[in-house]
Amino acid sequence: MSIDTTPKMNWWNRLAHPGQFVQWTRPLIWPLVALTALLFAAGLYFAFFNSPADYQMGDTVRIMYVHVPTAWLSQFVYGTMAVSALGTLVWRHPMADVSMKAAAPLGAAFTAMALFTGSLWGRPTWGTFWEWDGRMTSTLILLFIYLGIVALWRAFDDQLKAARIVAIFTLVGAVNVPIIKFSVDWWSTLHQPASVFTADGPRMPGSILTPLFVMFFAFTFLFITLQLVAMHTEVKRRRVMTLERKAARGDAS
Amino acid sequence: MIELGQHAEFIIGAYCGVFLGVAALIGWTIFDARRTAARLVELGDKRP
Repeated sequence: MSIDTTPKMNWWNRLAHPGQFVQWTRPLIWPLVALTALLFAAGLYFAFFNSPADYQMGDTVRIMYVHVPTAWLSQFVYGTMAVSALGTLVWRHPMADVSMKAAAPLGAAFTAMALFTGSLWGRPTWGTFWEWDGRMTSTLILLFIYLGIVALWRAFDDQLKAARIVAIFTLVGAVNVPIIKFSVDWWSTLHQPASVFTADGPRMPGSILTPLFVMFFAFTFLFITLQLVAMHTEVKRRRVMTLERKAARGDAS
Repeated sequence: MIELGQHAEFIIGAYCGVFLGVAALIGWTIFDARRTAARLVELGDKRP
């Protein structure tokens, strides 16, 4: 009788191996693509053909179905990066900095879309495209933080060193997320206060909440899909860098 | 297409902007993935 002395690896350790992570998550991509496409089709149908105009804002309420999900993602993606930053600094998980790097440009894009749709919604409802109030200014700062993080990643050849510096920068920048969230409560602002996730429940009728939630999940699954593909690409990019260094050493010797 | 009222240009502008943004994100993600995979093949990587 032989005794198996191979150390047992849990799923956390297995996920730490970039090759295994790619192998395990690759089959998820196409189902995620299909689910995201279905959710967008349903969301757009509800947004344009099966939801009423608002009694105050009229049809401009339809901008909410793209503005709120992109604004939600601007903060959710940053939350993902902050958790990944902890993963890099505390657990030294090899996939944490891959996740952090893959998420930054996606977060920047969703934040830019939130600002763009917000300003197009603001003009007919408030009479202005832009106001330097707490919510809008802190969201603009979030965009600059994302762009700074993308630039920081590109500034280093050594990606492990970059990961530690970006992780610290990301965690410091995370202080802006609660500021965005509570800015409408702390300061006088044109922006409306929270109206979906409140202690008393949503302050909207179901006919408007339905397209909002469907689009919310559509954008969230879009992010998850793009994030997975971008993480796979980042794993391959690091393999490219390793092979190029090997080739350069071979040429030199 | 439904009637979008007097502020139709803002609604259409917002959706077109988001469509372009999402299309650019998807396009860039696919382009980057293919470019990196092609470079790996060029370097003779044997891993799956």
